Amino acid sequence: MNLFNYSYEDTFIHRLSGLTKLLSFMALTGVVMYIYDIRVFAAILIFSFSVMRAARIRMRDLKVIFIYVGIFFVINAVLSFVFAPTFGPETYGSYTLWIPIAGKYNLTYEQVFYQISKIFKYSSVVPLGVIFLFTTDPSEFASSLSAIFVPYKISYAVSLTLRHFPDIQKEYGDISKAQQARGLDISSKTSFWHRFKNAAATMIPLIFSSLERIDVITNAMHLRGFSKHKKRTWYSRRKLKKGDFAALVVSFGIAGAAIYIAVFVNHGRFYNPFQ
Amino acid sequence: MDSIKEAPVIEFINFSFKYFAQSKPTLKDINLKIFRGEKILIVGPSGSGKSTMGNCLNGLIPFSYEGEIDGSLTINGTVTQNTGIFELSKTIGTVMQDSDAQFVGLSVAEDISFSMENDCVPQREMISRVKDVATLVGVQNLLKQSPHELSGGQMQRTSLAGILVDDVEILLFDEPLANLDPETGKYAIELIDRIHREKNADKLKTTIIIEHRIEDVLHREVDRIILIDDGRIIADLNAHEMISSGYLLEHGLREPLYVTAMKYAGVDVTSDLTPGYFLTTDFSRIKGDILRWYESVEIKTHIETGDEVLSIRNLDYEYYKNTPVLRNINLTIQEGEMLSIVGTNGAGKSTLAKLICKFENHSRDTVFFTGKDVFDQSISERASFVGYVMQNPNQMITQTQIYDEIASGLRLRKVPDAEIDERIDRVLEICGLTKFKKWPISALSYGQKKRVTIASILILDPKVIILDEPTAGQDYHHYTDIMKFLEKVNKLGVTIIMITHDMHLMLEYTRRSIVISDGVIVIDTDSTEVLTNPEIISKASLKETSLFHLANEVGIIPPKSFVDRFLDYEAGLKYESI
Repeated sequence: MNLFNYSYEDTFIHRLSGLTKLLSFMALTGVVMYIYDIRVFAAILIFSFSVMRAARIRMRDLKVIFIYVGIFFVINAVLSFVFAPTFGPETYGSYTLWIPIAGKYNLTYEQVFYQISKIFKYSSVVPLGVIFLFTTDPSEFASSLSAIFVPYKISYAVSLTLRHFPDIQKEYGDISKAQQARGLDISSKTSFWHRFKNAAATMIPLIFSSLERIDVITNAMHLRGFSKHKKRTWYSRRKLKKGDFAALVVSFGIAGAAIYIAVFVNHGRFYNPFQ
Repeated sequence: MDSIKEAPVIEFINFSFKYFAQSKPTLKDINLKIFRGEKILIVGPSGSGKSTMGNCLNGLIPFSYEGEIDGSLTINGTVTQNTGIFELSKTIGTVMQDSDAQFVGLSVAEDISFSMENDCVPQREMISRVKDVATLVGVQNLLKQSPHELSGGQMQRTSLAGILVDDVEILLFDEPLANLDPETGKYAIELIDRIHREKNADKLKTTIIIEHRIEDVLHREVDRIILIDDGRIIADLNAHEMISSGYLLEHGLREPLYVTAMKYAGVDVTSDLTPGYFLTTDFSRIKGDILRWYESVEIKTHIETGDEVLSIRNLDYEYYKNTPVLRNINLTIQEGEMLSIVGTNGAGKSTLAKLICKFENHSRDTVFFTGKDVFDQSISERASFVGYVMQNPNQMITQTQIYDEIASGLRLRKVPDAEIDERIDRVLEICGLTKFKKWPISALSYGQKKRVTIASILILDPKVIILDEPTAGQDYHHYTDIMKFLEKVNKLGVTIIMITHDMHLMLEYTRRSIVISDGVIVIDTDSTEVLTNPEIISKASLKETSLFHLANEVGIIPPKSFVDRFLDYEAGLKYESI
């Protein structure tokens, strides 16, 4: 299973420049992070799913991601309720009892609404990230980062991570299998602590071989003048075209509309149906 | 011309270098002049200092590896220590041994342009220059490919293009053959030669190749061979003088096989036979000697006995739907055999090994240990029968103490401590590691670590051991060491299967070779048959051994019978020396 599943398809979304996709991704996630309005989340969710469809991203490629996100939602929902069972009522300034449980753990409509909104919030971000990762040529990723003034050394570090991620993944697989052959059990048959310890043992050779690899890569880069100047140019940077501007207008339009709703309709970050 | 030749491009004067972390200098008192337009081969056993010399030339010393420098190294008249790595990289371009790690871009074009990007060359100019050099090295149709889609040879050519865009004067190749299969290696040597000559016309390029696989480099001409051992220059001779000098064997390096054959035949190999390259060697004068020796060697008959230990029947395998990796694999291996599995990268040989060990899943009734289907056995159950030794020992070692590392498989199988200790003593004995019993792993050399990983497999008493490239990156001395050790293990009755590119290994240590190409077994026969059959050779990305050419040269038909006798004779010598 490869997490960064870029493969080229000839769609409008794939043809956009990496910079456009990065900026759109940042604008939309930024706004989702800032506001707290289930209606906006729902709108962005529908928007991003339709973009995913346009980019011909198949749902079955996302199965693993969806499973992880699902687990995260469940854990997050439980923990939110355990640690802040009255965050909803406090935020919305009202208290409407739904199911009495015990003391502050009484379930309120406000809390339920707050937590459902939260699930919508996170779920609207996930497809945006998926679109970005699945349709952006990794080559372009570093150059787009540096276009938004991220120092190029950091951009390149990101790009190299993308470059070597599959190798390291494969190496981990091999090392882990070799350890299992020795008798190390990392299946679900043993206790969690045991599995953790065994998985850690597998990491040791991986870390050492990765450090070795980093050493060679650093040398290779210095030998070809990396970090010589404060700036560098990028072979794979694409000029923005009409489609890019259109896409930017749409995504910044959505972000702008969301902020407009927050400021002039909701008068704050939160949409409050309880008033 | 002569006026240019007077000033050397590279000059070492009383040059010594000591790494800070080490107590003794790695390079001692080097005096060497290299002139513009020369093509130099630097040879030496592992640890001789040849790679350090390369790192001094390209500036990694002292930029990345600090140490003490005595004497001076000048390139184009300036002392390198004062030049700095960036400036040096405009004069001397390095193609590193590990071209996968050197590949820093995410596509071929991007990697080629890397140094231009760092020089802030405008995009438009980069695109046209990339196109030019890509055409020069023959990767012009691969510009958009990502490194994961490239073969080792294609990656290396990309690396070469990446330094040629800078129009460097000196090309430095650090073990260019290390990660290539024999056929690709042959093309690499041809390409290096072509680039050296082509550019020579107007710019006079200087080429330096660091390698220990001498015969393979001498597929094309070089001006001088410099032999380094223990940090010193031992000899600085042309190919004919070097090959006939006897220095190579003395310093743990392998001489070309045709030269070995000539010596077996009693020929006094002197430089007037011009034996530096196969093509220049004057065989007409020694034909009689070779033929006479050929007739005199006794032919031995080899009978394979033993029961079936491992068999594969109708095995198909695919990672993704409709892209088969292996198709209809059938093979039977007898107890006590020692054999090679060969083929190009990505042909499916490693996958086959992994399926046998259940690192990957296969279907029922395909893999059999002593005739029993092992579909239901887990990885660790199978490991008690067949052990898998990975290429890089560092990928297998998880403990800090040798004892713990070897014991780990038994401890995880809940064997009592007293029994573990007893079994470890026995295995250490076999592996020649007895005196290291209480040592930490960090104190061991690469070859010793390899033995530890084999020991940690042997302790489980497997019937079969599969080794992935057991001799990769090893010089002749260490190679012989490992192979002799494996022969010893084999004599104990353990069946040994090796996945390899190394033709010497195939020839000298394994009578049987299985050739896999594009996921199918092309042939399963004598190694000598494989290496004397041009059709199989090209399918498996191997190349003919020079013994084959020698047989043709003196008119022995079929050439296989000459190679067979050579090996029988050699086996006889080995037997006598024991």
